[in-house]
Amino acid sequence: MAGIRLAGVRKSYQKLEVVHGVDVEIADGEFIVIVGPSGCGKSTLLRMIAGLEQITAGEIAIGGERVNDVEPKDRNIAMVFQNYALYPHMSVYDNMSYGLRIRGMPRGEIRQRVERAAKILELGALLERKPRELSGGQRQRVAMGRAIVREPAAFLFDEPLSNLDAKLRVQMRLEIQKLHRELRTTSIFVTHDQVEAMTLADRMIVMNAGVVEQVGRPIDVYDDPASLFVAGFIGSPAMNFLPGERAGDAVALAGGVRVPLPAELRAAAPAAITVGVRPEHLGPATGEGPEFRFEVETVEALGADSLVHGRCGDSAIVARVDGHAKPQPGSTLTFAAKPGRLYFFDSASGKRLRPAA
Amino acid sequence: MVENRPWLDFLAHAILLTGVVLVAFPLYVTFVASTLTYDQIVTVPMPLLPGDQLIENYSQVLRAGSTKGSAAPVSTMLLNSLVMAVCIAVGKIAISILSAFAIVYFRFPLRRFFFWMIFVTLMLPIEVRIIPTFKVASDLNLLDTYAGLTLPLIASATATFLFRQFFLTIPDELAEAARMDGAGPLRFFRDVVLPLSKTNVAALFVILFIFGWNQYLWPLLITGSESMYTVVIGIKRMISMGDAANDWNLIMATAMLALLPPALVVVLMQKWFVKGLVETEK
Repeated sequence: MAGIRLAGVRKSYQKLEVVHGVDVEIADGEFIVIVGPSGCGKSTLLRMIAGLEQITAGEIAIGGERVNDVEPKDRNIAMVFQNYALYPHMSVYDNMSYGLRIRGMPRGEIRQRVERAAKILELGALLERKPRELSGGQRQRVAMGRAIVREPAAFLFDEPLSNLDAKLRVQMRLEIQKLHRELRTTSIFVTHDQVEAMTLADRMIVMNAGVVEQVGRPIDVYDDPASLFVAGFIGSPAMNFLPGERAGDAVALAGGVRVPLPAELRAAAPAAITVGVRPEHLGPATGEGPEFRFEVETVEALGADSLVHGRCGDSAIVARVDGHAKPQPGSTLTFAAKPGRLYFFDSASGKRLRPAA
Repeated sequence: MVENRPWLDFLAHAILLTGVVLVAFPLYVTFVASTLTYDQIVTVPMPLLPGDQLIENYSQVLRAGSTKGSAAPVSTMLLNSLVMAVCIAVGKIAISILSAFAIVYFRFPLRRFFFWMIFVTLMLPIEVRIIPTFKVASDLNLLDTYAGLTLPLIASATATFLFRQFFLTIPDELAEAARMDGAGPLRFFRDVVLPLSKTNVAALFVILFIFGWNQYLWPLLITGSESMYTVVIGIKRMISMGDAANDWNLIMATAMLALLPPALVVVLMQKWFVKGLVETEK
């Protein structure tokens, strides 16, 4: 087991730079999720840690040792691929033991390790089967088994759940969580699914366009997003964004709503400000604070709660209400944000407005 | 799907039967002729039922060849043909699978250039380069040797191309997983690529064995002594004079013998052959 340190890691293909300098310190035993939209460089970053891609600049260290020029097999890591990458002609047992056989480990020990991993993953009855005789979830488990038997310093997961159907995905998510609790091996998990990120991560790294937008515990990232991008990406349905202009000590939104700026933000506030509020933080109007009135366009009833869609000025707005309150499309509702749940962003830079230090 | 109508069934069967007769009848005549005496063959019309000379004719050609024309025993020729066909098939597969592996999995300078060079040679059949090739072979003292018989035919752009196309369908992640598992390139080739190519190799073996067995022009040039004749050349050499003066019964027996090994290879490897052409295990 080991921690992993990335310092100023960059990746370019010819002239095109896709990862613009990433600095992250990953502690031993931590479960890190790298999350971002497709093309944000998250898989490239993972593949650089794995050693499958050259590092253009910067340094990657595993267990305190610089590994920039170390072959993947010597980095003491194991990777689980999106399409599993099982060897189709080998049995489950051979798939899991292949890496150990190459290392020349004695047969007895290989058998022990494979059987232990098979027990953890409930693969015991399938060891003689070929990958094509397995279901998607079983293949996924074999791929994880292949990583576990190596007893590596770190696991790397490259979108391992995206080839599974929705139900299986939830189940495998729980299994990965359980596995990590048992093994306590440093893990880096790449996904574009923010639910996976929220549920699995000890800490998550939110990436966008080759840049790390924010690193933190899932709940901190949710509560305290650093930028418009993070605020919109983490949380489902996404945060509502209402663009407005600064008007003295308040922000004037399209549609006539005035949202007072908190005192500590006034000093550094720019002219164009976007106000953000999460659907679940919009509640019935209480008469205090700014009110958001809008006409209901559609209602999505999800059972436990309903999502009310409408327009506030030019922007779409969504509110999460109790599943039994059934607002009629066409009616007009008034909402207020829960105290302290309004976020202010600089519209130009996309950065969150912070009190001047 | 076509509708199920009786007269359509009838038509289909009629066409198929015509096809079978067209293909099989000459073979049947050859077989019948190989069981007759010389005198029976030259009678007009030739009998269409097998005669009683089967064992005599076949043992004659296997031991001593024909009585007129070339007198080399056909058993030697069959052996020569077998050596040539197997060497060509195995050699072609070995060389092309390795070069395809290099082209697909290694990044080296001028990789595309070399691929296209190989590809371009597809367009040059052996007949086009036969004179320079003969000159080279003779300068290297390869006339009348197995090496001379097989080496110039071993390089194969077609097989290289086929293997390349197949390798491109193997997911990159497999190579990466093997790299993470610590397998070097040759280990990856032996443990992953080769087993996955099994069916392709089998299909190519069948095709190339027949290709090698049926070689005519090149063996005709490169072999001088009777002991190096292949069976295809042997048949030609047995026909030395005008129509009537040849041992047609013995020539037909030789033809039947020449036919057997390729047919056997196809029949025995049919399962693999079809698998290799239609499916890939992934």
